[in-house]
Amino acid sequence: MMYFSRLKTAVILGVCLLGLLLCVPNLMPAPVSWLPWRQVHLGLDLRGGSYLLLEVDMKAVIKERLDGLLDGVRQALRPGQIFYRTLEAQPDQNRILLRLRDPARTADAMAALQPLTASSVGASTPDLDLASNPDGTITLTLSPVALSARATSAVQQSIEIVRRRIDETGVVDPQIAQQGEGRIVVQLPGIEDPNRVKQLLGKTAHMTFRLVDETANPAGNGPPPPGDDYLPMQDNPAQKLAVRKRVDVDGADLTDARAGTNPQTNEWVVNFTFNTVGGRKFADITRANVNHRFAIVLDDKVISAPVIREPITGGRGQISGNFTAASANDLAVLLRAGALPAPLTVVEERSVGPELGADSIRAGAISLAVGFLLVVAFMAVFYGLFGWFANVCLLVNLILMLALMSLLEATLTLPGMAGILLTLGMAVDANILINERVREEQKNGRPPLAALEHGFTRAYSTIFDSNATAFLAHVMLFAFGSGPVRGFAVTITVGIVTTLFTAWMCTRLLVSRWYVATRPRLLPV
Amino acid sequence: MFIKPRVRLVPDNTKIRFMRGRFMGLAVSAVLSIASVVLFFHPGLNLGIDFSGGVIMQVRTEGPADFNQIRAALAAEHIPEQGVQRFGDASEVLIRLGAQPGENGTQQAVARVRTALEKSVPGAKIVRTDAVGASVSKELFRNGLLALGISLLMILVYIWFRFEWQFAVGAVVTLILDVTKAIGFLAITRIEFDLVMVASILTIVGYSTNDKVVVYDRVRENLRKYKTMPLRDLIDLSINETLNRTLGTSMTVFLASLPLALFGGESISGFAWVMLFGIVVGTSSSIFIAAPILLLLGEHRLRRDAAAPPPKPATGKARPATPP
Repeated sequence: MMYFSRLKTAVILGVCLLGLLLCVPNLMPAPVSWLPWRQVHLGLDLRGGSYLLLEVDMKAVIKERLDGLLDGVRQALRPGQIFYRTLEAQPDQNRILLRLRDPARTADAMAALQPLTASSVGASTPDLDLASNPDGTITLTLSPVALSARATSAVQQSIEIVRRRIDETGVVDPQIAQQGEGRIVVQLPGIEDPNRVKQLLGKTAHMTFRLVDETANPAGNGPPPPGDDYLPMQDNPAQKLAVRKRVDVDGADLTDARAGTNPQTNEWVVNFTFNTVGGRKFADITRANVNHRFAIVLDDKVISAPVIREPITGGRGQISGNFTAASANDLAVLLRAGALPAPLTVVEERSVGPELGADSIRAGAISLAVGFLLVVAFMAVFYGLFGWFANVCLLVNLILMLALMSLLEATLTLPGMAGILLTLGMAVDANILINERVREEQKNGRPPLAALEHGFTRAYSTIFDSNATAFLAHVMLFAFGSGPVRGFAVTITVGIVTTLFTAWMCTRLLVSRWYVATRPRLLPV
Repeated sequence: MFIKPRVRLVPDNTKIRFMRGRFMGLAVSAVLSIASVVLFFHPGLNLGIDFSGGVIMQVRTEGPADFNQIRAALAAEHIPEQGVQRFGDASEVLIRLGAQPGENGTQQAVARVRTALEKSVPGAKIVRTDAVGASVSKELFRNGLLALGISLLMILVYIWFRFEWQFAVGAVVTLILDVTKAIGFLAITRIEFDLVMVASILTIVGYSTNDKVVVYDRVRENLRKYKTMPLRDLIDLSINETLNRTLGTSMTVFLASLPLALFGGESISGFAWVMLFGIVVGTSSSIFIAAPILLLLGEHRLRRDAAAPPPKPATGKARPATPP
């Protein structure tokens, strides 16, 4: 028990040395790029920054899919001249409801709609359930598989778009990740006021180019004619414009968008470029509709509705609409990054200014230093030499904790600093157990070496038991906690692992070396 | 100080008859815990925004803050604040808004407070914003309780596995008594109950178990060593033997937490005070609660187990019997 082979001694010292080396990356930048240079990250509560939790609006995703289907149903029923009384999307039930004018034609309608159910690309199961009900209605229901596939792709796509938009703002080192089913975590180090980011993420930025229906009168009270939408103007929401539902060119066909000024009017504008497909479509539309108005619609608001003076064939265009430099630039960013598949809502925000973070670091460091000194003093006063053995191990423990956290690239938060401090307090627990045990064994008349042997062995099973329970509790906290609290769980669990090592290996090695060197007749415990 | 320890925390060979006070200890603990449960329902916990939803904004002003000015600024914008209070320093203000209707409501409230302060309180700087929507706060609350519940369960299973069941039940009953008292402490002090507090309570649970394990370990060892000693005396002996250790480790954790409470800053000091309270409760419950429960549950069974030849632990796999 108290004997250490050369190899074992070397391994223990090696681990300590390795620990020391692993701490180095926290103190200086990497000298050469090929070295693995892992370090502890500071949490946003310490370095300052913003944490945003975004929720993807799944209802909108479903609604959009159903609206798309409505068109498909209309087109499928037209050739057979199957007329219907009602055709509506019911997003709450994930389905489309169809009521035919002539119930006798249900079978025809079912046959006509059949191809729609196989429309999904590459899917083995149909993503739509087509059913005729006893009450004479026909329903097209999205299957659960299709719903979850759509939700997954909506989140994935949103993450990509969010990343692009945030990159445009020049935030350094943003972290964007999926959380749970339909949520996205965005972490923005150094951003104290995430307002601009929130504004950029608050728009889906779905842009469409559509023709204006000049015959309709949106000022009237009646509903819009079929095939039209009454959309508000961006500048003046009270004023509405009749816009065709049919989308002629989609914002997805844009390849570039830049803010600029119009040299004639000195107004801020957004210049855009279409890809080949978009350019061709745009050319066709403008050629066929000279002297008519077309509307540029962003998220169901009309930005502007200019009159087409001449065909635009170059695949380039310009949006004007009372922009300021900032709003033109924002729109350009949104168009370049692409549209979100569904609106995002901020459901949680935590922002900390860098000065508050610095205050927290200072407070944490002071507490850590004072706590360390108090514990060291306690051990020295009550356990003398064996207390100093414990104190040396406490220092090793601290180094190993930092090393392990660097290796894991863990995040250090303010609660995490509290966790380190608590670990220090609990780590000497192991030494107290050992010391008390050794003392007892010696009192019971064992010679020094035997007292050490027994003391260590018996204390260790207690140490293991008591740490195992704490370990379990904090693994749970890590699993269910979030944010800074996870930082706490990480430091405590890492601390428990290092404590087991230092108590078992380092203390024993120190004591055995000391024993071999001095051969005392009585242990000073 | 450098070689021989000068002082002992507790003199050796104490022979305090702890088990004499077992009913007293259990009664006091039960009363305190019942009072805590009452406090939990009335006035209830001061839920932090993690769990209640809402907005907290910490504002730093130039010079001492003028609370009336800030209140007026918010009132002018018709922002229904739930509190404008000092937060540590005289120049630090905490503005609190209740849960807002709808997920967008929370975000709009943040923006409105920001503009109100910019307009009417020059020099004020928002250094921290926490805004939690209703759905997230519900989830956080559920997950917090889940973490707490599963931890207790795992500790029960672990101790059951390593010791006899009487030990496991004793430990978990004591832990529940400890946790309720910590909650009572939170209710009285009005320290905000948030995620960090869940961490604090879990740490108390871990620490307190740790403490119990040491006493129980000694009880188990003595059960094998002194086959004929009455359980009551045996538990007393075990507590006395481990008294230095029980108090010593409590002292070190206490000393480590104290600077956090004193210098850790407003946002962590609540955590530290709860820890300090929990250490005191956990230590005393190891002696006055966990051991008496073991005595009540094990008076006949544990002795018979130990007396039955061959002396084999009930779990069968705990560890080799201690050498004489």
